[in-house]
Amino acid sequence: MSRLLPIALLAGLVVLPLALGSSPYVLNALITTGILTIGAMSLNLLLGFTGQLSLGHIAFFGIGAYVSALTSLGFDVEIGFGYRIVHEPWPAAIGVLLGILAAGACGYLIGRLSFRVRGAYFVIVTVSFAEVVRLVALNWVELTQGPLALTNIPAVTLGIPGLGTWTLRTKLQNYYLVLGTGTLCYLIIARLVGSRFGRAMRGLKENESLALSVGINAARTLTIATVISAAMAGAAGSLYAHYLRIIDPDIFQFATTVTMVIMVVAGGKGTLLGPVVGGLIFGLLPVALRPVMAPEAQWMVYGIVLIAILFVMPKGIVPGVSVLLARLRSTRSVPVLEASPAVPR
Amino acid sequence: MDQLIQHLVNTLILGGTYALLGIGLTLIFGIMNVVNFTHGALYTVGAYLMYLSVAALGLNFFLALPVAILGGLLFGAAIELLLLRPFRGSDIDTTMLVMIGAGIVLQSATLWIFGGVAKAIPSPFPEAPLDIGPVSVSWLRLFVLGAALALIAITYALINRTRLGLAMRAAFQDADTAALMGVNVRLVYTATFAIGSSLAAAAGALLGPVYVVFPQMGGLAELKAFAIVILGGLGNLKGAAIGGFILALAEELGAGYVSSGYRDAMGFLIIIAVLLYKPTGLFAKAERIG
Repeated sequence: MSRLLPIALLAGLVVLPLALGSSPYVLNALITTGILTIGAMSLNLLLGFTGQLSLGHIAFFGIGAYVSALTSLGFDVEIGFGYRIVHEPWPAAIGVLLGILAAGACGYLIGRLSFRVRGAYFVIVTVSFAEVVRLVALNWVELTQGPLALTNIPAVTLGIPGLGTWTLRTKLQNYYLVLGTGTLCYLIIARLVGSRFGRAMRGLKENESLALSVGINAARTLTIATVISAAMAGAAGSLYAHYLRIIDPDIFQFATTVTMVIMVVAGGKGTLLGPVVGGLIFGLLPVALRPVMAPEAQWMVYGIVLIAILFVMPKGIVPGVSVLLARLRSTRSVPVLEASPAVPR
Repeated sequence: MDQLIQHLVNTLILGGTYALLGIGLTLIFGIMNVVNFTHGALYTVGAYLMYLSVAALGLNFFLALPVAILGGLLFGAAIELLLLRPFRGSDIDTTMLVMIGAGIVLQSATLWIFGGVAKAIPSPFPEAPLDIGPVSVSWLRLFVLGAALALIAITYALINRTRLGLAMRAAFQDADTAALMGVNVRLVYTATFAIGSSLAAAAGALLGPVYVVFPQMGGLAELKAFAIVILGGLGNLKGAAIGGFILALAEELGAGYVSSGYRDAMGFLIIIAVLLYKPTGLFAKAERIG
């Protein structure tokens, strides 16, 4: 049953646009929700499976977006001493790849830097990093256009040899692109946490000194996890850039990181489905709340919901519901032992 | 040269309030092991309390400052009692998430109540600056420096000279043993968070009249406080006080001689340098606060 659930959810998401008709408003909400959910999934890899909170996740997302956009738009920048870098536009798909690589590389630097020491350092380094990246995007006008925004970012073109190419301009095409990317990320994370590396990550989270004593290299494991997580966030960011086709430094808002954190914590950190469930709820909630509430009131609700979930369901919705289901099923028999599978679904 | 002296004077003035921010944050972290993500919001609350008292209620400027500080104290005590006490004993991540939630609520409430337009707080000081040779300082900024130094001194005396301070130092070293010796640790936690919050509110109330007051002002202040705390060593009060001045110096020199657009990035550069060369902070050998 628990193995079927993700497949059922995926099937539901595949047919959803057909059921909804093609209302562009709803489709747009679904696409941005999907992109944020990929961000939440990548955040969960760190927060849920290694216990490290990245509060600057939006930096990796935004770096993916900017690198991808700049690669596909081209640029001409002076780097000092009279030297200039001139870059001709490349196809958007290469931009997406470079965006992923750049975000991963930043994840490597941040990981190497902050895992020299344990404790709250990673949180503080990531949150400050995001602010610095925002300042660069705002002030390096020659490269990023600053607050004027990068516009006319080309849409992604996918090609299969022998079958032709498609440029993904419509919302429906982008929806399936996001859904496909999200599924791929889900499978990668599922594979990863089930592997030897995943056990090392969870070992560090549960009991670091014990994990160290059996020969797990903490700094290395955590850094690799950060690289993968950052690269996925970068992928989400580059999809965002090519979907919206305009990005400005506002992309680096702290609020977006907080949205991802809420998605993960509410859905259930350390579970595979948690961020997806949390992502769908908190991605679509603004759509439902928009007619009844001002944005700042909405944010108050978000903050209150975050605190309330920590009070009532500290493990999140997905583990909470599965415990509830298990209890319902076993009311007549002996109480089931808390036998959690290797990776809770 | 004149420009350098002016930068150094500005450093002193900015550094005083930065030190207040840092001391408040490091106090809470050191004693309670809580990364306080409401610190920036409480800084904003302090500034808006100052604005409310002076501009809306017409209270005397010098009376409004204690009102803002007291407000910060009460806000802090309320947050501790309502949100932190129930989570005592859970891991640092959970309390951090709770604090993030509380910070969002406070910040969006400020935005909701006061709107997004920046507000100015009128000050009773003369517009004309004080000129000493090539250096000119506004009277308001001098007052800000004096008030910040006084508050730092009061905090220092509170921790080193009072019974509450003794209990706080005991709880910092070993909360369980302190409890066995009859220290009311729960009360110490509430007092610590309230005092730390009131210092953040004081910093906001002091810098509010210098610049302008707006709901998002706390975000940057919080990042700066984090940088100061890492620089001084987590939980180290003296380190935070000195760290405040070092960050102010880095910002002044960075903005003056490199690029004013990257003024707020200096804190991050400091964090990187500290993590690379002295990860435990500049003043790590002091094991106790005070």
